[in-house]
Amino acid sequence: MSANFGSRRLVVGAHYGSRDWLSQRVTAVLMALFTLALVVQVLLPGEMGYYKWAGIFASQWMKVLTFVVIVSMALHAWVGMRDIWMDYVKPVGVRLALQVFTIVWLVGCAGWAVQVIWRL
Amino acid sequence: MANTLKERPVYRNIHVSQIVSYRLPPAGIVSILHRVSGALMFLLLPFVIWLFDNSLTSEISFDRFASVFTSGAGFLPGWFFKLVCLGLIWGYLHHFIAGVRHLWMDATHSVTKEQGRSSAVITLACSLLLTVVLGARLFGLF
Repeated sequence: MSANFGSRRLVVGAHYGSRDWLSQRVTAVLMALFTLALVVQVLLPGEMGYYKWAGIFASQWMKVLTFVVIVSMALHAWVGMRDIWMDYVKPVGVRLALQVFTIVWLVGCAGWAVQVIWRL
Repeated sequence: MANTLKERPVYRNIHVSQIVSYRLPPAGIVSILHRVSGALMFLLLPFVIWLFDNSLTSEISFDRFASVFTSGAGFLPGWFFKLVCLGLIWGYLHHFIAGVRHLWMDATHSVTKEQGRSSAVITLACSLLLTVVLGARLFGLF
């Protein structure tokens, strides 16, 4: 049998997209559960105002959960936006530029959101 | 020889200018709106985090967060921010419900034509109904 590794590897087979597909599903479930948990806390008795709202995000465990959701959101949006660019933008250079923009946009937003939850 | 061959139909990718003349089934509408709502939320992400930042940082910033929707910010009036928020509410609801539909289809292999149709109609009905209810709340109708 001839060599089938390194630069000689025969590029066939599956799994090229299943990791992205799975990560998009897993992050979606995490964000959906977080949404439900947040809605329940907002609907708990008590007048909605700064103290109730900030109180929800005051505990360390809620900050950790929010952090997990921020990272999930960035990964999820990366897979989704990459799909959009791959479907509609054919010139390689433009597509690369848009993908770089997407990464910068998402990492920047995620960093800002993390700063908001942990500087309090 | 070529003249005797029957003209075969040619299908190409649709062009942007043809979109309006294509009638999509409900599942197709849910699918493209899933994309549109995702892209919308991606683009408005800094706005959302700006609101999140102001709403959490201090009581003073919370008041600024609240006043954006009543007296506006910069040259933009308050109703404009409410309208943007309504767009975000719709986007989140549609993306959420269409996403749950996807997970349900993945988990139970509910992928027949009829299931795709009925779940798409349910998705559109739920997301639009909830958007109307929350939009009415946002604009102070109740």
